[in-house]
Amino acid sequence: MAPSSTEHPRRRHAIDLDDFSSTEIEEILTTAESMKEVLSREIKQVPALRGRTIVNMFYEDSTRTRISFELAARALSANIVNFSARGSSVEKGESLVDTVRTLQALGADIVVIRHSQAGAPYLVARHFRGSVINAGDGRHAHPTQALLDLFTIRERLGQIHGVHVLILGDIIHSRVARSNLWGLTRMGARVTLCGPATLLGPPAYWTATWPEVRVSYHLDEVLSSADVVMALRLQKERQQAGLLPSLREYTRLYGLNPERLARLGERVLIMHPGPMNEGVEISPEAATAPNAVIEEQVTNGVAVRMALLYRLAG
Amino acid sequence: MSEQKQIMTADEIRRALVRIAHEIDERNGGLADVVLVGIRRRGAPLAERIAAAIADFEGLRVPVGYLDITLYRDDLKLRGPVPLVRKTDIQTDITGKVVVLVDDVLYTGRTVRAALDALTDLGRPDRIQLAVLVDRGHRELPIRADFVGKNVPTARAERIEVHLREAGDEADEVVIVRPR
Repeated sequence: MAPSSTEHPRRRHAIDLDDFSSTEIEEILTTAESMKEVLSREIKQVPALRGRTIVNMFYEDSTRTRISFELAARALSANIVNFSARGSSVEKGESLVDTVRTLQALGADIVVIRHSQAGAPYLVARHFRGSVINAGDGRHAHPTQALLDLFTIRERLGQIHGVHVLILGDIIHSRVARSNLWGLTRMGARVTLCGPATLLGPPAYWTATWPEVRVSYHLDEVLSSADVVMALRLQKERQQAGLLPSLREYTRLYGLNPERLARLGERVLIMHPGPMNEGVEISPEAATAPNAVIEEQVTNGVAVRMALLYRLAG
Repeated sequence: MSEQKQIMTADEIRRALVRIAHEIDERNGGLADVVLVGIRRRGAPLAERIAAAIADFEGLRVPVGYLDITLYRDDLKLRGPVPLVRKTDIQTDITGKVVVLVDDVLYTGRTVRAALDALTDLGRPDRIQLAVLVDRGHRELPIRADFVGKNVPTARAERIEVHLREAGDEADEVVIVRPR
């Protein structure tokens, strides 16, 4: 007799972590540990989702997230189809809703969507009978990235509660930061956001939703108390948009360089959601330091996505 | 409402497991190639107890592993809330070994069917045998146990509960629960 989680009814969609309780997150992370064991086997596949059809619907470029979902689906024996806007009827003017209806008619059970418009997954969810997973929408949310970050922190540090996480860089444009704020605060972590004012905004912007969060514009003042430093990608377009005087100045004030790396100590985790701009927000030394877990994050992403797919479709 | 009746005491459970340990030894002409694999959750402590019994009379520690079969079940959609997936943990290479699957209750046979699939994904044992504490009948698949602690005729409406201290229960016992 398999024991069941009785507290939660089946979840239908995963669009952001705002509607996940700490218990549910905990259960997903524990399931992901079991999935990681499956991935360590010679035969990295279990029949759990045999016959289910998952569609990767990517309206925005992606390498790791798309492949990660694909590997996760295959490891659970589901059928997965990759759809990208380029080369599809989208170029003939088909709307998102029409595309979703078509995929539904073709028998899709789960849609994994990445879109440059925040909120697109909610629209899809309204017109789709199956489950929707958000793989990143505009600046809004990237829940599976946050879950894999939580998993990596828990695995490396033993717990999330009480851990001090410093999120560093271009926070105002970051869906990774927003989903991590939901997840980290719900799991009892302390969060500090740090970056230049133009990429962070005023503290009240953040504390209105997450009152316990700290905001700082001075990296060297907050660096020493961190247990985890999560550096975010700095898109080079931000400078052209006039938000930064120069990339060099950004790197000098907010880059994870060898000198700051030395001050962090060996037990502080260095994380990055990728893709990295090495030499801008993170130096090659920091990216390859023994306490950097950037590749582990990618590996864990497959296990965490398996856990989520199983929870929605199992 | 329901009514409960004890069908095995702690002592009877202990004797049944010691007997099963001897039978495993006898059937396989020794224990050199035997690996015990407990099906989570209650098969896991039972496998450990059989291993402890073997260590007592043979002075030999047989490897013990744990198998979670949730991802191999064929009845996911029928079961309501999401089942928790626990970790499979088998440190020994099972290829070429005699794997003795251990579970608490044998009923429809579907758990064992899932366990056989899970095991064959992990390696190719020479033989797979099945040990259960209670066989309550009502098989839905062509599966039988090689080692049985106690055969208990039941009605489908009844439920067998195996209580083990390792699983957080108050005492070791097997009870049959009858709806009234």
